[in-house]
Amino acid sequence: MSLAQRLLNGDRRALARLLTYVENEHPDGEAALSDLFGHTGRAHIIGVTGAPGAGKSTLVTALAKALRAMGKTIAILAVDPTSPFTGGAILGDRIRMVDLTNDPGVFIRSMATRGSLGGLSRASRDAVRLFDAAGYAIVLIETVGAGQSEVEIARIAQTVLVVEAPGMGDDIQAIKAGILEIADVLVVNKADRPGVDTTVRALKLMLELGHPALRANIDSHHGRMVAVTPQPEAPNGNSAFWLPPIVQTTATTGGGIEPLIAAIERHHAYLRESGTLATLESRQINTELHERLRELLLRRLLDALPPHAIEDAVARIQRRETTPHEQIAQLVDAEQQPRL
Amino acid sequence: MSLNRPIRVLIAKPGLDGHDRGAKVIARALRDAGMEVVYTGLRQTPEMIADAALQEDVDVVGLSILSGAHLALVPRVRELLNANGMGDLALIVGGIIPEDDKPALLAAGVQAIFTPGANTEDIARTIHEIVDGKAAPA
Ligand SMILES: Nc1nc2c(ncn2[C@@H]2O[C@H](COP(=O)(O)OP(=O)(O)OP(=O)(O)O)[C@@H](O)[C@H]2O)c(=O)[nH]1
Ligand SMILES: [Mg+2]
Repeated sequence: MSLAQRLLNGDRRALARLLTYVENEHPDGEAALSDLFGHTGRAHIIGVTGAPGAGKSTLVTALAKALRAMGKTIAILAVDPTSPFTGGAILGDRIRMVDLTNDPGVFIRSMATRGSLGGLSRASRDAVRLFDAAGYAIVLIETVGAGQSEVEIARIAQTVLVVEAPGMGDDIQAIKAGILEIADVLVVNKADRPGVDTTVRALKLMLELGHPALRANIDSHHGRMVAVTPQPEAPNGNSAFWLPPIVQTTATTGGGIEPLIAAIERHHAYLRESGTLATLESRQINTELHERLRELLLRRLLDALPPHAIEDAVARIQRRETTPHEQIAQLVDAEQQPRL
Repeated sequence: MSLNRPIRVLIAKPGLDGHDRGAKVIARALRDAGMEVVYTGLRQTPEMIADAALQEDVDVVGLSILSGAHLALVPRVRELLNANGMGDLALIVGGIIPEDDKPALLAAGVQAIFTPGANTEDIARTIHEIVDGKAAPA
């Protein structure tokens, strides 16, 4: 029986092996994805991002436990950065997730970013598809909010939780630009710690200053919802009508998890009922195709160039014999010569 | 290296003793040797370790045991891994293992044993040899 068929039959070992194959770009992984693609599109894909140590893994664990109690099956993809110097990685998120082991309704996989520029590896998108096809109702993706990865999470997830914690720099500068644009739910974790109110206030202020949904709400306080400005292309497809709620949690004790689940479910319902879910998916597929095409064409170009073509170009540019522009044109022309 | 992808290792600390400094040192050394190290933390049962190894599809499981319970824990982990269809996954053990106990562990399906003071580079090299040996075409 094929690995894909075994995955559909609930074989966890087959799922684990296919995750390895998509991660390693093994041809059997691609073949399995083709077989399984028709079974995807059912899971609710939730991204969890935030600064290192904000409590993401603990929160994911608390969420998973509560969702399990509601009878939902959960897959977790925990992404950690690869060391750019050694290519190795320490994947330590499972430490917080011990309570979830040996539950057949939960599958946890750790993944390193490997070569991926932004942090979230391309493989994570396909890993989510495997979980989806395997029938997990909810896929939680944990990713450290550093660099580009928090924007990338919006290209994969349907609902994005941005996790903040008190005392991690509460001024507006410290709350990173871009974070509000991707947040569907703002979580202030470690609510048992002093300073929660300051963090909540800072986030509220940020929302008031910047969020398109609030502008729409302000204009609609006579009972009519009016979007005053054409919406910029928010990466998560949020329209003017979803204002990210701020939810306080204490992940270590499970405090605030119920309201958080309610907020997540409200967002999911909003996506479905407003038709945003389909728009979001089509935008995500569009981005994926562009990314993959770019990568494929680049690889093809590099493969077709004579050896050292790039190094030679670099040297010529450095000697000021030519310009980057001219070299690019030549490299592309060289690739387009008919190969004999 | 004969693999064109990083080796994946799960480092687990079964048993009840609460020291994982050694396990963390190994985890970091293996990361520095270019491996992806899934670190699962303290007080893992053999069942938890085998389940994590299955989900993570690692090449190697490394057990760090200081409690003296290795003769009970290690064969149990091996048994559960085999039951999961991971008979060819390499199992290595590090910790306070008396010389007299080593043959029993090796017979129980352990590929390598490291005692305190073992050179981390040796550990990384041994893992490479074990995994590469297996990856080589038969
Ligand atoms: N007081 C308090 N501590 C918490 C809470 N949630 C998490 N922590 C602690 O914060 C620390 C970091 O938690 P993690 O869940 O590992 O945080 P993380 O964001 O996943 O960390 P990275 O994956 O390393 O970025 C741990 O010591 C947790 O026990 C909380 O609600 N209250
Ligand atoms: Mg974490």
